[in-house]
Amino acid sequence: MSRFAFYGPGLPTIEAGELKGKLIVVEGADGVGRSTHIALLKEWFERTGHAVLDTGMTRSALAGKGLEAATEGNTLGPIATSLFYATDFADRLENAIIPALRAGFVVLTDRYIYSLMARAIVRGADPRWMKGLYEFALKPDIVIYLQADVEQLVRRVVQTTGFNYWESGMDLNLGDDMYDSFLEYQGRLLRIFDAMSREYGFHVVGTTAHIEDVAEEIRNHVEPLFAAGVSA
Amino acid sequence: MRSDDEQTFPGRLFVVEGIDGSGKSTQLSLLQKWLASEGYGTYFSEWNSSPLVRDVTRRGKKKRLFTPMTFSLIHATDFADRSERHIIPPLKAGAIVLADRYAYTAFARDVARGVNARWVRNLYQFAVTPTIGFYFRISVDEAVKRIVGGRDAISYYEAGMDRTHIDDTAESFRVFQGAVIDEYDRMVEEFGLVVIDASQSIEDQQAQMRVAVTRSLLGARKMDARA
Repeated sequence: MSRFAFYGPGLPTIEAGELKGKLIVVEGADGVGRSTHIALLKEWFERTGHAVLDTGMTRSALAGKGLEAATEGNTLGPIATSLFYATDFADRLENAIIPALRAGFVVLTDRYIYSLMARAIVRGADPRWMKGLYEFALKPDIVIYLQADVEQLVRRVVQTTGFNYWESGMDLNLGDDMYDSFLEYQGRLLRIFDAMSREYGFHVVGTTAHIEDVAEEIRNHVEPLFAAGVSA
Repeated sequence: MRSDDEQTFPGRLFVVEGIDGSGKSTQLSLLQKWLASEGYGTYFSEWNSSPLVRDVTRRGKKKRLFTPMTFSLIHATDFADRSERHIIPPLKAGAIVLADRYAYTAFARDVARGVNARWVRNLYQFAVTPTIGFYFRISVDEAVKRIVGGRDAISYYEAGMDRTHIDDTAESFRVFQGAVIDEYDRMVEEFGLVVIDASQSIEDQQAQMRVAVTRSLLGARKMDARA
């Protein structure tokens, strides 16, 4: 069983060492295929006898509604917005992720603190401040970073959901239209992720190959975590 | 909090701190009346002022959804909004900004709830360092006597019942606010807070505040509202 630790002083009243389970994070840009690969991983885990909680960036019970209102109306300043997202994340960490880990689940999370930090940093937040802020977070067992360049992201986005306001970073006034803005915004985000990848030791998985091959590579990264556990 | 060299605002920021029942709000409003009568433009900034965050806070308190961490973060969110909206702009405009509670409140009560002291100080790194931070020091027993409405007026989180697990509101308040006072006392030196003995008469306390404030008003702008 893994012994969990926090990035910093952590959460009051929670002893990281008593947590069991595994915390697996899948990070990557918008449209890179995170949800597809999380679904495949979940299926694989369940087939091999693990109980799985998959949790995305769905909103928390505490701050979810307020956050939606903030996003729609864009009424909070950049620092307050970063902190509002941190509140929402803390609520999910304490009320969903930690209880599941305590019960020995494999927790698969679609994004984690890294996306929250990247989005804030791209909007001008001080990276050291963000890092200090998220010191209450648990260190995951592994971070799978699905990598793609901006051209790949564009191809996926136009063939699926189309460009949207937030994924194009339209609030930052980076380009004349959503396409120009998307290129610039996602390019900046990718550079921040590359830096974090080195700092936090992400396991980088390219996404140009066929879905099945990418999924296999992901499993190869994850499998060693279960070497001594239930047959995986 | 921000380092001083980043701050070149023409305004001034005076904050009052202390536990409930310390009389700090009374003192701040007396200070405001005096500053206004002296011709300064004053701007009053209260804690918990953003409508959006206030709704989340209210609901969280009512349903008791908060942990020490989310309690700390939602108040920091609210403070950031207040800072970006109601503190920095008037300071830039040369106003005298008066704040009833400031980041020190978070440092005191979050740490009393078990949040790491260094972490919560980093959290408020964006806050403007006040011109003067007044700390109204009072004993818990005296504060309890002064709270209007008695024990029924004390809320669950104010009494720290989430932390103490003591069922009796007044008793929990005593224990929790005692820990909050310990944190305030620790901060006096760390942040150079000006301590006002809140057991003195209202007039004496106000006179001491005015002396301290006068010294830091040199060069501050006066604004005639009718000009």
